[in-house]
Amino acid sequence: MSHGNGGDPVDLPVLTKADFSSDQETRWCPGCGDYAVLASVQGFMPELGVPPEKIVFVTGIGCAGRFVYYMDTYGMHGIHGRAPALATGVATSRPDLSVWVVSGDGDALSIGGNHLIHALRRNVPLKILLFNNQIYGLTKGQYSPTSEEGKVTKSTPFGSQDHPFNPVSLALGAEATFVARTVDTDKKHVAETLRAAAAHTGAAFVEIYQNCNVFNDGAFDAVRAKGEKEQNQIRLEHGQPIRFGPEGERGVARGADGRLELVDVAEAGEEALLVHDAKRQEPSLAFELAHLAARPTGPTPIGVFRAVDRPVYGAELAPALDEARAQVGKEELEKLLHSGETWTVS
Amino acid sequence: MDEKTLEKIDRVVVRFAGDSGDGMQLTGSRFTDATAVVGNDLATLPDFPAEIRAPAGTPHGVSAFQIHFASRDILTPGDHPNVLVAMNPAALITQLGAVEKGGTVIVNEDGFTDPNLRKAGYGSNPLEDDSLDDYQVFRVPMTSMTVRATEGIDGIKAADAQRCKNLFALGLVSWMYGRPTEPTVDWIHKKFEDKLPVRDANLAAFRAGYNFGETAELLAVHYEVEPAPAPPGTYRNVNGTQALALGLIAASVQSGLQLFLASYPITPASELLHALSRHRRFGVHTIQAEDEIAAANMALGAAFSGCLGVTATSGPGMDLKAETIGLAVAMELPLVVVDTQRAGPSTGMPTKTEAADLLMALYGRHGESPLPVVAPSTPADCFGSAIEAVRIAVTHRTPVILLSDTFLANSSEPWRLPDVASLPDIDPGFATDPAGFQPYARDEKLARPWAVPGTPGLRHRIGGLEKEDVTGNISYDPANHEHMTRLRADRVARVEVPDVEVDDPDGDASLLVLGWGSSYGAIQGAARRLRREQGLKLATAHVRHLNPLPGNLEDVLRSYERVLLPEMNMGQLSRILRAEFLIDIESYTKVDGLPIFTRDVMEQVERRLA
Repeated sequence: MSHGNGGDPVDLPVLTKADFSSDQETRWCPGCGDYAVLASVQGFMPELGVPPEKIVFVTGIGCAGRFVYYMDTYGMHGIHGRAPALATGVATSRPDLSVWVVSGDGDALSIGGNHLIHALRRNVPLKILLFNNQIYGLTKGQYSPTSEEGKVTKSTPFGSQDHPFNPVSLALGAEATFVARTVDTDKKHVAETLRAAAAHTGAAFVEIYQNCNVFNDGAFDAVRAKGEKEQNQIRLEHGQPIRFGPEGERGVARGADGRLELVDVAEAGEEALLVHDAKRQEPSLAFELAHLAARPTGPTPIGVFRAVDRPVYGAELAPALDEARAQVGKEELEKLLHSGETWTVS
Repeated sequence: MDEKTLEKIDRVVVRFAGDSGDGMQLTGSRFTDATAVVGNDLATLPDFPAEIRAPAGTPHGVSAFQIHFASRDILTPGDHPNVLVAMNPAALITQLGAVEKGGTVIVNEDGFTDPNLRKAGYGSNPLEDDSLDDYQVFRVPMTSMTVRATEGIDGIKAADAQRCKNLFALGLVSWMYGRPTEPTVDWIHKKFEDKLPVRDANLAAFRAGYNFGETAELLAVHYEVEPAPAPPGTYRNVNGTQALALGLIAASVQSGLQLFLASYPITPASELLHALSRHRRFGVHTIQAEDEIAAANMALGAAFSGCLGVTATSGPGMDLKAETIGLAVAMELPLVVVDTQRAGPSTGMPTKTEAADLLMALYGRHGESPLPVVAPSTPADCFGSAIEAVRIAVTHRTPVILLSDTFLANSSEPWRLPDVASLPDIDPGFATDPAGFQPYARDEKLARPWAVPGTPGLRHRIGGLEKEDVTGNISYDPANHEHMTRLRADRVARVEVPDVEVDDPDGDASLLVLGWGSSYGAIQGAARRLRREQGLKLATAHVRHLNPLPGNLEDVLRSYERVLLPEMNMGQLSRILRAEFLIDIESYTKVDGLPIFTRDVMEQVERRLA
């Protein structure tokens, strides 16, 4: 398969999930959504077609930060919020590597918001997986930048006053070239989304709704729980009319006022349904879809919102620099030192 | 007309001062290049405001450039100018205090208009009253003579012409001190090859200034400063920033590592980003990061990937990088952090010098997080110090802080170019052998393997959580943390550092003047003058490695009755030495944003010995 970085696909011995699983004992709380994502990522890695030594995982602080220790690849566990910056150093200096960032809503959107938006607008070849559980887990349950208004936590006993981020909208606003959303336990959809992210040549941003069963259990039940998710997951597929529901009986159409609305397909007619276009350079449709659901409490789009091409940061520079460096040595250094006005004393 | 008198002098300090839009830095640097060509020894000190263009004509907007040149070896830009060139009243009122009594003041008479006098704060015109009686004043209508000299050049209006008055001043002072005109003329040709009218106007202004000196009866004397004896070799003029950039490139070549610099713009360290960004030919990879923290992380990420990771900043940026530097301590990866110190706290005085980040460099991170610190002593020494910082970082797998300062970064001096063959090779010693590989196994220096991504069989994970020694696995074991904390200290203590050299000509001095950083020139200059002029006995020594300290330092300090330590801070190194060695260091401190001057050190020594 093609992929954003990690060099050209090579003939590899057949690798399995076990080849990407480290010998470290996983230490998330029992029942944590992170287990499901870890299994999906480890399971997807053989498909990437990149030898494990050319894969680097980079994480920050928070429960998601531990992810790096469980992957048998190269890995850096950095400081809070800075994983995109650390990973930018790895990816731009070594375009032959496949570089993955795993972060959480506090790590990526609060303390590290600046690095996230700049990595996205630069289009650094990184795959950024944001585990959004809408809570601070590792510090034991404070509200996060994606928690709903009025959220009662230890740090907000009277309810939070903060308006939350919509991570997909934020990534689109940062000019991200690839933006997707998936749900931790939806193995097949997670794998599809990872596949699409890996195939993208620039920065890929994937929001993963991840259940924290200790501090914020059920936050995503509408799109995650059996019996509800069938009703509420709006699966976006490029080039396909957007419809959802167990029988595809509902859909998304553009209303008379120009806004997107949810419709009954039988009433509105199939021809009225909006056809998803993830490749549109202009991001307004992706924004509209991001705002179709203010919160994941009812029908909510998942899948790839946007996947467009833009020059990849450093893609041409790094090989050119390698080539330049191969041409210079002590002789050129000598000349460099002697450049400019010099004079000789004998 | 009469023949002009040519007088031989052995040294002179000239200061050019004007509005920040007047091109005084350019005037100074052109004069410096011409002076280097003569073969004089020299040292320069640019002094400019933080504001890019403060209101014209006000004291806030005055930009100055000082050059000290001599027919003998000199070490500082000079304490007191012998000659002040003042382009307007604000330049005169702010700079006159520094000029030696009886010194020469050359003013652009045209700049002394009523509005300019008022903006500068003069109640009456100092050219008309007796306030300049202590000085030899030359009034030269530079603006109007420049306008006249450029008349008839197509495409040059009077307003354009006035902007060339700095070249008139340069021409005039070049004549006064017998500077060759070719370097300046060549430079003008090259600089303005695409703008011929501007080129011609500048050439006309420069020649007019030179010819004015030669013909006007106003100036009866001009001077000759003979070349300074210097060790044989090829020389060029460098400031600390240029030398530092060249040193990092040289270290890249000597180590075979790609130089990767990530920086966020900050005065005065941006200049290093600018300098290195031009060297793609040497494979230098530069990134202007979104902030200081990102810059440090990008450099660290590149280091993990097998590059020579460097981040450069100044004081406020160091505050922000602290956590990442701590991460580099835990990860035990090579990283060079350049701190061009400036006057603080907070934004402080961004263009003024200070050396008050020493304690921060040594201790400014949470937990026990020791790292080596190297401080260059002169602009040219920034070259060797950069290589030394890289050597330590790479071979010991540790972040290293290179503590420069604003004075060193901006000041320039002749640099005898080193023989590239004599530069040390730096072996990155990348790990490649999977047999028995452990990420936190150690060699005799206690350095761990540098295993970079892409190497088969060496996959591993590192991070800020405490590591179990050898395996690198996460560990909260009490005994392991105690062991690792002591081990990290031991790792730094084992960095081999050359002994400090003592200059004590007769071996019988009772007072040692110890320095670190940019005080080197002032201390050496003071020692020479005190010995030569007053026959005083004093010894000097200079510390380049602030951590670990040179092994012989304690013995050296103990072998003198008294130790004087001048610093551009409130006594930070003296505090450390007192704590380390229980020696009663005598601290002299200066925190006015200006470098330590030779005169400052002389006064301190005289007070103790004379």
